[in-house]
Amino acid sequence: MRGANIFQLGIKELRGLARDPMLLVLIVYSFTVSIYTASTAMPETLNRAAIAIVDEDQSPVSSRIVTAFYPPYFSVPKLISQYEMDRRMDAGLDTFALDIPPNFQRDLLAGRSPTIQLNVDATRMSQAFSGGGYVQTIVSDEVGEFLNRYRGGTTVPVDLVLRSRFNQELNKSWFGAITNVISSITMLSIILTGAALIREREHGTIEHLLVMPVTPVEIMLSKVWSMGLVVLVATSVSMIFIVQGLLNVPINGSLTLFLLGTGLLLFATTSMGIFLATVAGTMPQFGLLLMLVLLPLQVLSGGVTPRESMPQIIQDIMLAAPNTHFVMLAQSILFRGAGFDVVWPQFLALIVIGGALFLFSLQRFRKFLR
Amino acid sequence: MSPPSGSPEPPASVVRLRDVGLSYGTTRALDGVSLDIPAGVMVGLIGPDGVGKSSLLSLIAGAHVVQSGHVEVLGGDIADAVHRRLTCPRIAYMPQGLGKNLYPTLSVFENVDFFGRLFGQDRAERQRRIDELLRATGLDPFPDRPAGKLSGGMKQKLGLCCALIHDPDLLILDEPTTGVDPLSRRQFWELIDAIRRDRPNMSVIVATAYMEEAQGFDWLVAMDDGRILATGTPAELLSRTGTPNLDAAFISLLPEEKRRDHREVVIPPRAGDGAEDIAIEAEHLTMRFGDFVAVSDVSFRIPRGEIFGFLGSNGCGKTTTMKMLTGLLPATEGTARLFGREVDPNDIEVRRRVGYMSQAFSLYSELTVRQNLDLHARLFRLEPEAIPARIEEMAARFDLEDIMDSLPDALPLGIRQRLSLAVAMIHAPDILILDEPTSGVDPVARDAFWQILSDLSRKDNVTIFVSTHFMNEAELCDRISLMHAGKVLISDTPQAIVEKRGAHSLEEAFIAYLEEAIGEKATAGPAARLPAAVPTATGTPAAAPRRFDPRRMFAYTQREALELRRDPIRATLALLGTVILMFVVGYGINMDVDNLSFAVLDRDNTTLSNDYVQQIAGSRYFIEKPPITDYADLDRRMRAGEISLAIEIPPGFARDVSRGNKTVEVGAWIDGAMPTRAETVRGYVQGMHAAWLTQKARELYGDRAIVGDFQIALRYRYNPGVESLVAIVPAMIPLLLMMIPAMLAVLSVVREKELGSITNFYVTPVTRFEFLVGKQLPYVALAMLNFAMLVAFAVFIFRVPLTGSLTALSTAALLYVFATTALGLLMSTFMSSQIAAIFGTALLTLIPAVNYSGMIDPVSSLEGAGAFIGHIYPTTYFMTIARGAFSKGLGFSDLAGSFIPLLIAGPVLIGLGIALLKKQAS
Repeated sequence: MRGANIFQLGIKELRGLARDPMLLVLIVYSFTVSIYTASTAMPETLNRAAIAIVDEDQSPVSSRIVTAFYPPYFSVPKLISQYEMDRRMDAGLDTFALDIPPNFQRDLLAGRSPTIQLNVDATRMSQAFSGGGYVQTIVSDEVGEFLNRYRGGTTVPVDLVLRSRFNQELNKSWFGAITNVISSITMLSIILTGAALIREREHGTIEHLLVMPVTPVEIMLSKVWSMGLVVLVATSVSMIFIVQGLLNVPINGSLTLFLLGTGLLLFATTSMGIFLATVAGTMPQFGLLLMLVLLPLQVLSGGVTPRESMPQIIQDIMLAAPNTHFVMLAQSILFRGAGFDVVWPQFLALIVIGGALFLFSLQRFRKFLR
Repeated sequence: MSPPSGSPEPPASVVRLRDVGLSYGTTRALDGVSLDIPAGVMVGLIGPDGVGKSSLLSLIAGAHVVQSGHVEVLGGDIADAVHRRLTCPRIAYMPQGLGKNLYPTLSVFENVDFFGRLFGQDRAERQRRIDELLRATGLDPFPDRPAGKLSGGMKQKLGLCCALIHDPDLLILDEPTTGVDPLSRRQFWELIDAIRRDRPNMSVIVATAYMEEAQGFDWLVAMDDGRILATGTPAELLSRTGTPNLDAAFISLLPEEKRRDHREVVIPPRAGDGAEDIAIEAEHLTMRFGDFVAVSDVSFRIPRGEIFGFLGSNGCGKTTTMKMLTGLLPATEGTARLFGREVDPNDIEVRRRVGYMSQAFSLYSELTVRQNLDLHARLFRLEPEAIPARIEEMAARFDLEDIMDSLPDALPLGIRQRLSLAVAMIHAPDILILDEPTSGVDPVARDAFWQILSDLSRKDNVTIFVSTHFMNEAELCDRISLMHAGKVLISDTPQAIVEKRGAHSLEEAFIAYLEEAIGEKATAGPAARLPAAVPTATGTPAAAPRRFDPRRMFAYTQREALELRRDPIRATLALLGTVILMFVVGYGINMDVDNLSFAVLDRDNTTLSNDYVQQIAGSRYFIEKPPITDYADLDRRMRAGEISLAIEIPPGFARDVSRGNKTVEVGAWIDGAMPTRAETVRGYVQGMHAAWLTQKARELYGDRAIVGDFQIALRYRYNPGVESLVAIVPAMIPLLLMMIPAMLAVLSVVREKELGSITNFYVTPVTRFEFLVGKQLPYVALAMLNFAMLVAFAVFIFRVPLTGSLTALSTAALLYVFATTALGLLMSTFMSSQIAAIFGTALLTLIPAVNYSGMIDPVSSLEGAGAFIGHIYPTTYFMTIARGAFSKGLGFSDLAGSFIPLLIAGPVLIGLGIALLKKQAS
């Protein structure tokens, strides 16, 4: 294995990429526009959550509740009749429907413990699950304040002071930006190496390389470093100008350490790209395989929903995927400001996974060239 | 190939060109061409590759947009879409390249049948015509063989069958015999002759690079550099130039500057035939791929400095033999030696003594000439300081000095081949292995190329192993081997071979050997049976094609379905892939966050504080970790992501609570790195805190606390158990039915573009609507099968109840997959490479479907561009229907609002696709 060959062949790959304008446009797009729109579109957990209220009480306390819901967290509540409630929920118009029963205030003050009904459209995923708690808290607070005028000294004087660390306002777009950067890194690195390899074989240029004094390891390493470099540069630019610049996401930790981790991820994903190309015979098969690989990588790596809530078996399987470790590492470094002393296990895991993928792909690649 | 009897005087012109020009980017392919092509005769277009022959033919066939000038075919302007529609059933076009317009996975019969359908023929008629054509061309013994497995000659005959299925008046053949062995070539022309005898009014236009073939045509057009050099009968051209053959005539027709450097190639005889060292030696080389024997028992010895020619048709095993010699392919049996050393694929040293120029390789088009030379010099480990000098030397020797900084694609083929040779020679190898180095190179450049080879062999004693299918090149070699079907028929000097067979020329001798090898039945030849067999020309050809013909549409449907069936990997991936994805993601995405880790910094450590902590630790949502010792510990553990929640209970907590005179503050830190999770944690903690307070209040104050108590009854509608599966599984179906069908649909068109069979769409009466919708139907069917599997999987494996109307859901699914495949087809209209198509589809389906279609966040709460996309993206509406039908127990009437956008989406998308699809290449 000679470094010079690897270097020369890698330069060739870069020159080739430089002359494919369509691909360059797509790279730029996926690291700028795509990240920007995806993270700005991503709402806060509760953003204009559609709520409707059936006010059968029409009392001071019920109107107090109605006015407690306002944008941006909630849409201005629609005042509806009980009859309308079911129909509107069926049509998916409201996520929440609050039903304040008749004589609510009277019963409340009389200690008859009345019940407010909160209907949640549970098919609405995130909003339904976390929004329910919000609605409850808001209603309780309003009722509590109302009651404070009527009685005293019956509550336990304990306050819960909640503080969110690392992202005080729980700004989802911060998180979304990083998640999208990670998706772009994975998608691009796999496509650039994999599809380029299939194209090279279809055009017969890979065969030509083999009659020259270069070994498969050199060919593969040259693809890994050159395409990895492209994605790494794109990532750096995207992190500095789009994520930090345009989107104003504060980065707590060291960007250098993050990029170092990205380098390791790229080692693993570019190897994976080569592997997929050797498995797929044709471009259409590669395209399908790509979908099969990308979606689980994106969804199950912990970047979309928390890992600890997934079934144990999936957590275990996903430990073999480089993205899982990278998501952990990225969150620790970028949001929690963790240093190398904290994230070294993820670095180690990436090295091991990347190395294994590389060796495995190399073996397949040798056969592929036959 | 004499003119058909009884038509000595050509009638009106079949094609008229007036000042026609054509450019590809900055390259000028045709420049001011004006020409009248006589009807009813056989017209030859002669000239090397890249002079504009193919461009001219594709203009005449209507396959390419007319950029400038006027092209009149069969009495009408071909630029006029109406005329094209009316005349295309009278034109047949066979593009360049072996089997370029055929479908390799389809059988012989299915290929011809497909073309029959495109021309709207009914079953009986197709059957009759196919039988006749296959019999006429000698393909009748193997109607079921896939086209991809035919030899070059057979592929071209099949191509001809496909072209002749509709009795054309104008037959356009673009280099039909390039790469075909001489015997098949002769049979091919006999076949054409026989057809013309039967249909004397048919005009034939043929492009060819073989001058000896053109000799027999009625009328010739000599072309060079996008211009017409001369026209006339072969005899006229010869007498005008005063040359004995067309090769020489063509050279003398070339402009002065091109002709100037031309010299006849003279290769001096080899000196010293004494004791020789053997450069290349093959002993009983055999190569098998499965049960197919590509090369069988090939042996030869080539002494140093010899030019050894390998002659044979495409697919006869030439390239495979060369690959074995270079170590690219390990031989199944036998040995190959270079300089007495056995070829070992892992031996890098041998490669440094060999220069190899492969057939397909045309250099890295992304690198300039200098960069190409430099890269190869470095890969061959020349001393870095010696490289510039060596590059200069090669540039001088191969006459590349003026073009060192151009890109190879911008250069004419002849120069490119010279550059390839320079690259192969950069490391001064002792052996040169050249695989068809001159195919498509014009005669002048070819002669110059051979002059270089001669110098290399005679002056530098380089051993040259070259394959070719040009007889006049073979005659220049010291010795040649004739190869056919993996076997070497004979090896000797060209003269000796000709003499041995008593033939007039090498070609004749080769044919004789081929006939001997194939056996008597082949020599009987299909042509002998032809006259009776050719379709009888029944009056005038079909009337104007109908504007819409379901037969044409279903031709595409059927072909696409066949191809899908023949590619089981693709179909399986598409079907199983979705199910696997649903399984993985369905189990993986979990919105009810639990098993969260938390730890406590308890500065009070009393029964009451323990009671508070127990409230949290006892819930199923949280798992307690070892207590926190101090703030530093808290900070470290949160930073490492070890705990998502930290609770701090202040000193004197129990005391202050019981006195009740001062508000106590319990602190809770939440890891906000993942906002969704943090929100959930916050909700849980608040809820537990409130519950604890109520409980304590009751203990402390008794019933007085009940005043003001109220409950909130939380009803999770449609999913009372608040199970993630119930929420996520119905949402997965729209997602998967977007990604996979769109990807399949986009590739089905882009692949045809990349591989060239799109031409069939350009030159047949099939309309854009028929093409797109025909292609779409099988993928809609596949996607519906997919849908059925996904629903079954959801109901029976995931146990997600389907509470609403299955009919409504299925109807919506049908509308939806119609829209998603249409989206794929729409994207295919502006993608030309498969890589871009894959990338683009991944980008344009995955991201909007996951982020903007209400899968996780409702569309109503999206903002900006995302919200806009969400409102127009069909996934949004099918998502609503899927959830409605699965979880909400809804049917048609409840979901009508979401059906309407779906109903609109499909036709709009396919309509856009039809509007943007081009019926001609541009």
